[in-house]
Amino acid sequence: MTTEIPMDKTTDTTKVSTAQATPIVPLPHAAARALTVAGSALALIGTFLAWTWTREFPGNLTVTGYPGGLQVLTLVGSALTLLFTLSGYGIRGLGWLTPGGKNSPVLLAALGVFGTTGYAMGAISQELGGLVNLEPGAWVSGIGALVALIGALGLPVDQPYGAEDPNPNLWGRIRHSLTAPEPGRAKELPSWAEILIIAAGFGVGLYVFAFGIGTEYSELFIGFLIIAAFGFTAVTRAGLLKRLSALTAKHRNVAMAAAFVAAICFPFTQTNDQFALIGANILIFATVALGLNVVVGLAGLLDLGYVAFLGVGAYAAALVSGSPQSSIGVHFPFWAAVLTGAAASLIFGVVIGAPTLRLRGDYLAIVTLGFGEIFRITMNNLNGNSGPDVTNGANGIPNIPDLEIFGFNLGLPHNVLGHELTRSGNYYLLMLLFTAIVVMVFRRSAESRIGRAWVAIREDETAATAMGINGFRLKLLAFALGASLAGLAGTVQAHVSYSVTPEQYEFAGPVPPNSAFLLAAVILGGMGTISGPLIGAALLYLIPAKLQFMAEYQLLLFGVALMLLMRFRPEGLVADRRKQLEFHETGQLDVPEDKSLPDGATGVAKAGA
Amino acid sequence: MTTTTTAPTSTTVLDASGVTMRFGGLTAVRDVNLTVNTGEIVGLIGPNGAGKTTFFNCLTGLYVPTEGKVAYKGTVLPPKPHLVTQAGIARTFQNIRLFANMTVLENVLVGRHTRTKEGLWSALLRLPGFKKAEDASRARAMELLEFTGLAAKADHLARNLPYGEQRKLEIARALASEPGLLLLDEPTAGMNPQETRAAEELIFAIRDKGIAVLVIEHDIRFIMNLCDRVAVLVQGEKIVEGPADVVQSDERVIAAYLGTPFEGAPGEAEAAEVEAAEAEAQSTTEGDDK
Repeated sequence: MTTEIPMDKTTDTTKVSTAQATPIVPLPHAAARALTVAGSALALIGTFLAWTWTREFPGNLTVTGYPGGLQVLTLVGSALTLLFTLSGYGIRGLGWLTPGGKNSPVLLAALGVFGTTGYAMGAISQELGGLVNLEPGAWVSGIGALVALIGALGLPVDQPYGAEDPNPNLWGRIRHSLTAPEPGRAKELPSWAEILIIAAGFGVGLYVFAFGIGTEYSELFIGFLIIAAFGFTAVTRAGLLKRLSALTAKHRNVAMAAAFVAAICFPFTQTNDQFALIGANILIFATVALGLNVVVGLAGLLDLGYVAFLGVGAYAAALVSGSPQSSIGVHFPFWAAVLTGAAASLIFGVVIGAPTLRLRGDYLAIVTLGFGEIFRITMNNLNGNSGPDVTNGANGIPNIPDLEIFGFNLGLPHNVLGHELTRSGNYYLLMLLFTAIVVMVFRRSAESRIGRAWVAIREDETAATAMGINGFRLKLLAFALGASLAGLAGTVQAHVSYSVTPEQYEFAGPVPPNSAFLLAAVILGGMGTISGPLIGAALLYLIPAKLQFMAEYQLLLFGVALMLLMRFRPEGLVADRRKQLEFHETGQLDVPEDKSLPDGATGVAKAGA
Repeated sequence: MTTTTTAPTSTTVLDASGVTMRFGGLTAVRDVNLTVNTGEIVGLIGPNGAGKTTFFNCLTGLYVPTEGKVAYKGTVLPPKPHLVTQAGIARTFQNIRLFANMTVLENVLVGRHTRTKEGLWSALLRLPGFKKAEDASRARAMELLEFTGLAAKADHLARNLPYGEQRKLEIARALASEPGLLLLDEPTAGMNPQETRAAEELIFAIRDKGIAVLVIEHDIRFIMNLCDRVAVLVQGEKIVEGPADVVQSDERVIAAYLGTPFEGAPGEAEAAEVEAAEAEAQSTTEGDDK
């Protein structure tokens, strides 16, 4: 009975509110659409004009006829707005752009253009001292962006207001106008076409990612972040992402191969060794995050000292690398060093796991945090003074020689297919191989009897043991597997960074990877998924690295960003199907809430007894 | 006290002897003996707090009994839940404990854990036996879902099932470990009469598969229809055991459920005393208001 009443209400309010979903700016729809088209076209034209008179502002915005720097971002954004708007007109051949929402993508893209252009104008006038430094082109784009935004705000709203809030206030209306319905089922395409679409999707992704890494000054990176965030949301609302993920789910192996190929292509798009190094570091970070995902995402064990396993692998590899400062004067070949690093991490993982995994929840988190710090402090103390000389204490082990695999020296640039592959490029590709191995390990273990047992332990440990799962042993297995995956990454990291020092392996610090950042990458990206931690790690590495000018505010801003994300998307950027249902109740058969309902029935039964 | 000994015609599946569970000074279960034979459905009833679930937890190794031992088909069980399940005792929980964010099929597959051997290396290297074992597991799990009538919902998340089906899924998951004895903790709590009847039929079908069943239940009609033998637990002690109708008319059982009549009805003096106390309580609360 009680469930029926709200359902009746729902249908009523939906009927009423269909007419009520009014745009924020009251405009005739045709006028709104025309305004949006005109505005975004104007913004687009403006990018071809000079925005400022001097080259003092980075990116050279003084040329007429050739957009550069921040102008490119406005150009791309306004082109996207224009395309989405035209698709809304129902122009043939553009309908595929908006299978989901029709107008909210336009609004989001327009917001992105407005944000980037506004930010560019603000940055120019602030850095050069006044609005006088803006050339007409900037005004053209700025006004165009504003007009497009006003037009987009006047477009009809995609969905009627929800039943829970039929008369939202202004903030609610703005938020509502950014939502969109899910896209319907896609038309069947021949599989070669679908694979081509996947390839194109990954190509665009690679290009955007490489552009983000390659941003040479922070103004461009901030502009990039603005347009990328809004553009990404616009594409999601338009339903394109859903279509793409449906395709990748259908051709999973093809999609993985495409992602891998796109990643291989990355160093060939970079001419600057520095950016390839960023790529290699991101891969190290991402691989370790994926290893942590076994422990946190699958088995549900909160490990706050995970970076120690990376450290163990790196120290083990450094000790057997043949570095003159190593206390063991041996030089293992690469494969042996890798096995040593992974084995050392594995042993360390078992040694730490065996006593701590008897604890649950918060206690486990605190103890692992402690062990993480113990590792760092021990490495500091094994310096010959306060302990035996193994690790050179705070100086660490420097001068780690470059790897040589089958006579191929990774330290030297090589010419591959007419492209100079730098040292960092070499290590990037080596690390990519490790990432692929870890991805495979994660996927295969997750989709097996062992992986199911881990998830069962995460869900309900008591019930899992009652199903015959040896909880302690499986948790130890997860811990050990996670540790050895981090150890693998550590062996490469030691060589990439030339030296290992204890303070590389702190709990928290401004430079990833450290335990806090690793955990943040897993949670922000999406627990229990493969692409989640990879994306999360890339973002968490790039954002602090590119925002170095903010100095002491860097971590503050970072914290604020994390809080916002957890508020609005608690399941992470890439949602596990399970997690999405967990955090956003869809309202379909909410059974667990109804448990109290059958009281009457049990009462009768008891009375009968 | 009085325990009707069962005829030693069929073999004993479960033999719990002298099981006692103390939490500090509180004795939740005191010296309980219980046997379950093959092909038998045994009921365990008793008022709330009588120690039925505690007894179940002692049987399945979730609690280590303070005294006594539990034997399954002649071998004494170690008090570890996963070893008990491996030996062949499966259970369901009073408050449903499904893996809420796994699919229905995955839940049953987890139940297959003890009956499959594929380890981590086999999974990582996809050794030849892996796919075969996985497929066999899946087929067996689907069979069980057919048996419980959940096959159509195999890909739903367990949390999205209606209440009655969650109970069924718990049973399917328990059956997946191929038990010789199934312990059901209030399988019909919160079900309507139709669902209860369906549950009855399901339990009979399980018995027909050759699995002995020990069931805790409050619904006495359900117990009467279902059980060959009923044991009554009151304040941690087993007071009666026997056929359902004998137990139902036993005085001690009635007393335990409904209480014994007072020796001498409350007199006028007592009534007046209570009234006076009530009046005083009311006046003090009013005083507080002022």
